[in-house]
Amino acid sequence: MTLYAFFGALEQGFAYGLMVIGVYLTFRILDFPDLTVDGSLPLGASVSAVAITSGYSPLISIFMATGAGFLAGVTTGILNTKFKILHLLASILTMIALYSINLRIMGRPNMSLLGQETVVDRFREMTGLLPQHSTPVLFAIVCLVIVAVLIWFMHTEQGLAFLATGDNMQMITSQGVNTDTVIIFGVGLSNALVAASGALVAQNQGAADVNMGVGTIIAGLASVIIGETVFGDKTISRALIAALLGSVLYRIAIALALGMKLGSFSITPSDLNLITALLVVVALVMPKMKRKFLAARGAK
Amino acid sequence: MKKILVTVAAILLLATTAFAKSYTISVTQIVEHPALDAMRNGVADRLKEKGLDVTYNVHIAQGNMATNTQIISQIMGEQPDLVLAIATPGAQAAAQKIKDRPIVFTGVTDPVSAGLVKDLSNTNGTNITGMSDFSPMDKHVALIKEIVPNVKTIGIIYNSGEPNSVPNLKALKEEAAKVGISVEEATIANSSGVYQAAKSLVGRCDVIYVGTDNTVVSAIESAVKVCTDNKLPLIVGDVDSVARGAIAAVAVDYYKMGLQTGDMIARILVDGSDAGSMPVEFLNDLNLHVNKKAATAMGVTLPAATIERAAKVIE
Repeated sequence: MTLYAFFGALEQGFAYGLMVIGVYLTFRILDFPDLTVDGSLPLGASVSAVAITSGYSPLISIFMATGAGFLAGVTTGILNTKFKILHLLASILTMIALYSINLRIMGRPNMSLLGQETVVDRFREMTGLLPQHSTPVLFAIVCLVIVAVLIWFMHTEQGLAFLATGDNMQMITSQGVNTDTVIIFGVGLSNALVAASGALVAQNQGAADVNMGVGTIIAGLASVIIGETVFGDKTISRALIAALLGSVLYRIAIALALGMKLGSFSITPSDLNLITALLVVVALVMPKMKRKFLAARGAK
Repeated sequence: MKKILVTVAAILLLATTAFAKSYTISVTQIVEHPALDAMRNGVADRLKEKGLDVTYNVHIAQGNMATNTQIISQIMGEQPDLVLAIATPGAQAAAQKIKDRPIVFTGVTDPVSAGLVKDLSNTNGTNITGMSDFSPMDKHVALIKEIVPNVKTIGIIYNSGEPNSVPNLKALKEEAAKVGISVEEATIANSSGVYQAAKSLVGRCDVIYVGTDNTVVSAIESAVKVCTDNKLPLIVGDVDSVARGAIAAVAVDYYKMGLQTGDMIARILVDGSDAGSMPVEFLNDLNLHVNKKAATAMGVTLPAATIERAAKVIE
């Protein structure tokens, strides 16, 4: 892997880092498999692109995208809790609705940001870093700040209620917590992060595209699982950081796959999806194998 | 004596390889698809014909936008002489990141609204030029009129989520309006909707037209079935769909498009032309394919003149 490819992987890992943290919040903490993300990632990108092309600052556009993502998540949350629609189905409904909404927002399927000033350009001017370094540094800072805020939040009373909701809903209801509110807020928060990630991605790749959300949930889950396997999830702080680093590891794995040549048997680009699937399977199976191995040794 | 001859031959061989300059081209392509692959092969064949020694690094994103962006980092590491971007997403990501070497795109329908070039003349461009596969809609409408002379309304099936289809629809409406024909739309979100969309157009139009819409084309058989059942002519925007059961198409041959893109690349690499000031090119050499069997099944008779000038006639 060249240095460019390495920095590129870091950049992608952190750009999608907020998305992965969002997926972690719903999938692991709330125990809510949320497919809204396939729609809320391009939603964030669309809102950001439209805001920038209509003259708002690229930074403000990210906040607008975050707000839109929150509303999308809240919609899924309400469909699930108030209308008693199964979580998976509720999120699919919001996701397909967002496809049309994103087309409406942009007025076309692909909105170019080429030649427009983005947060990346601003940061580069401020710091004077090389282009290939400035982007990963900026995205890493953004992710670390968000992770720090989330760690703080998870130790507040609301945060503890949030953590407990996914663990044992009955117990937390008996404590007087309204779990519906927690779920609605939690899915909203998750999708706010995903949409913010979408805004960063659009500004980084030079365009918002209505199809850019396809496969977001797969990348998100793969990253969460790889992060857990490699870095552990003993405490909430550790788990959040693991999710973020999992995102980076996942992109490094893709970069390795993209540049791989094994003598006469060369890996072609069409093998990429297979490699992704294998990677997730290995990450899922590894902890179980390790436990079995340790148990076998203990028995001796 | 033999030894000397071999030595001389070896020296000559070494000399020619030393003088022939070799190039590296990195290719980014959003997905594997017959039309996109044909363009890539066309480029390679033309550059080979011209005697260029080129090594290709081909990257295909499998339709994934994140991978599409990551490929650009790979290409920056490869330090190629030129970047070939096939289809819009790869070209946009390349244009956003790569500023220090020429980028040539191909198969991009609307390079201006994609933000790749400021205008088609590209006089104050940066490091990018290429070819548009924009459908020559006036020729499509003329073909429709030729095959269905009393056409009043054209029905179109398209995916509103495809960047190529929206400008195509706009052009169709403009060209149809010029000759007093109205347009009925049926939009779909995925290829499983083609059958339903085609059915919804029955009775609302005199002919169904499908442009270069990847989603619809991938399930063109559904439209063929509906059109055959209802004796409704189906005319398309790509020649491959004619072999799959549509009546006719006058369209871009993507392989030829690759050849012409290869010419552009040779001008940049060999003649030292500046990509940033080369105008966007179009393919003027179009192919007409007709399908006699489909025409009969859909209740129209192909005019003899149409059959005569077709590059390919399917019996």
